[in-house]
Amino acid sequence: MLKINNLHVSVGEKPILQGLTLDVPAGEVHAIMGPNGAGKSTLGYALSGRPGYEAAEGSVEWAGENLLDLDPAARAAKGVFLSFQYPIEIPGVPALTFVRTALNAQKRARGEDEVSAPVFLKMVKAASSALKMDFDMLKRPLNVGFSGGEKKRMEILQMALLEPSLLILDETDSGLDIDALRIVSEGVNALRSPDRAMLVITHYQRLLDYIKPDKVHVLAAGRIVASGGPELAHQLEAEGYDKYLPVAA
Amino acid sequence: MTARLQSQPRIDLNDASSFPSRRVESWKYSDLRRYLREAPKPSPTAIVGPPGPFYDLGGDAIVFANGRPVGVTDFIASGDQTLRLRFITDAVETGHTASARVVARPGAKLLLLETHEGAGSAYVAHNRLDIDVAAGAEVTRIVLIEEPEDAISITDIDVRVAPGGVYRQTTVTTGARLQRQTTTLSHGGEGADVRIDGLYTLSDARHTDLTSVVDHVGRDGVTSQLTKGVVRDTARGVFQGKIRIQRGADGVDARMGHHALILGERAEVDAKPELEIYADDVQCAHGNTVGNLDESALFYMQQRGIPVDEARALLTQAFLIEVVDRIENEQVREVVRSWLTDRL
Repeated sequence: MLKINNLHVSVGEKPILQGLTLDVPAGEVHAIMGPNGAGKSTLGYALSGRPGYEAAEGSVEWAGENLLDLDPAARAAKGVFLSFQYPIEIPGVPALTFVRTALNAQKRARGEDEVSAPVFLKMVKAASSALKMDFDMLKRPLNVGFSGGEKKRMEILQMALLEPSLLILDETDSGLDIDALRIVSEGVNALRSPDRAMLVITHYQRLLDYIKPDKVHVLAAGRIVASGGPELAHQLEAEGYDKYLPVAA
Repeated sequence: MTARLQSQPRIDLNDASSFPSRRVESWKYSDLRRYLREAPKPSPTAIVGPPGPFYDLGGDAIVFANGRPVGVTDFIASGDQTLRLRFITDAVETGHTASARVVARPGAKLLLLETHEGAGSAYVAHNRLDIDVAAGAEVTRIVLIEEPEDAISITDIDVRVAPGGVYRQTTVTTGARLQRQTTTLSHGGEGADVRIDGLYTLSDARHTDLTSVVDHVGRDGVTSQLTKGVVRDTARGVFQGKIRIQRGADGVDARMGHHALILGERAEVDAKPELEIYADDVQCAHGNTVGNLDESALFYMQQRGIPVDEARALLTQAFLIEVVDRIENEQVREVVRSWLTDRL
């Protein structure tokens, strides 16, 4: 169970998250929707520990620990995975090397045995073919020269291999055409399981046709202002976010 | 024989007045006199220890131990050959000079694998290397330098590339108290192809200075230079690259790049690229950048579970490895890659 309690995060001098409280039980998928500037991406960064997004107040409990006490790599080893809206290009580091380094670093941190190269290759071959990815692409530097869709598939491939327990998907649908959206969503859905929690951050309802949430929350002005079932997403699509925005003085 | 280029002062370890200070323009960032005021006492005989990083690649060897040759000092290549050139030092607070000469005859293909293997401390090493590359000959010189942090070492390399010759050089170093490699090359053109690359990774108060002067005297010569470096703590990296294209040396294509990462607030990089062009029809380009590791990439890697120090090392290696990737010989490339990885 993910328990976010009264989370306050400022970026620079500007308060972004202002007392956000949210519970996501293991096995559930929760969508976070909200207008631009509501703090959606900030939430993803704060949960994963990006420098500059430290919490001023509040707690984030996951797997019995306050995540806020851990550095980003330690959070990852605890199962936290943030799928980036714009995955980063890493010149000079082949995708395969990158993922294997990450997987083994996580395993070391958890006191587990590292995965050998041949076993890892088998894992990657199975996972990449499920995502209809060209294996040779994985020999290229991570995300360098990848299309938007390829970058998102690469994120899902990493998810499948790293097997995180807390998945945060930040605007995973941005930049995807319908076919890519379907493949990526199938990849995410394949990871749904009773011991995983997922937070799907999105501006549009479209993604939620593919990744069906158990609950939908509206994030506005740094707080959860409404929660409901999947129907809330449709309502937002129809009515917009206007009624949740602060009234201009 | 072509006349020596007179741009570099001759250093004589026995004569303190020959030590350049920063008042000499080309030694501005590597003030030898500041660290060495008197001629050092001569080094005693050294013991030749382990076989060196390139041992597995075989070939012939020229070995200097504290400057003294263990066997021959000259090598003439006429076929497909490998030569290991080792400068071994275990001196303490003494100095020595070593001098070697390498000739590649027409049609020769020489792999020159050079190592500066410094143990001991506070020594002063001065090495001189003369290389002649004949028409149709090819010399690839790969240099690995590892020396104590309090050592001073100066190496002067004079290269003459005849028209139609090929010369490639990659120097990889971790620096010393004051360390300089000066490559002075006369480029004969007529299809002669030269690559002069460098790579430095410096920590603590280490210094290195990769200086080169490429003098295009013939038409249609090609020069490509790529140097990359990373400095941490209070280390200082110096890159000086001069490409001179003489009158009449038309059709030259010369490219020079130097890129550095500064990973310490008190670390420093001094770069001085220079193009001197006296010919009319040439293509020349140079680029120089100095920066830090990409914070977004660093966070992304940590987010996937890679601890921050490992992430930094991986990004640094990725930045530097471009230079290693330019080494054509796969076996040599792998030795250099693992040598470098162990020292990042």
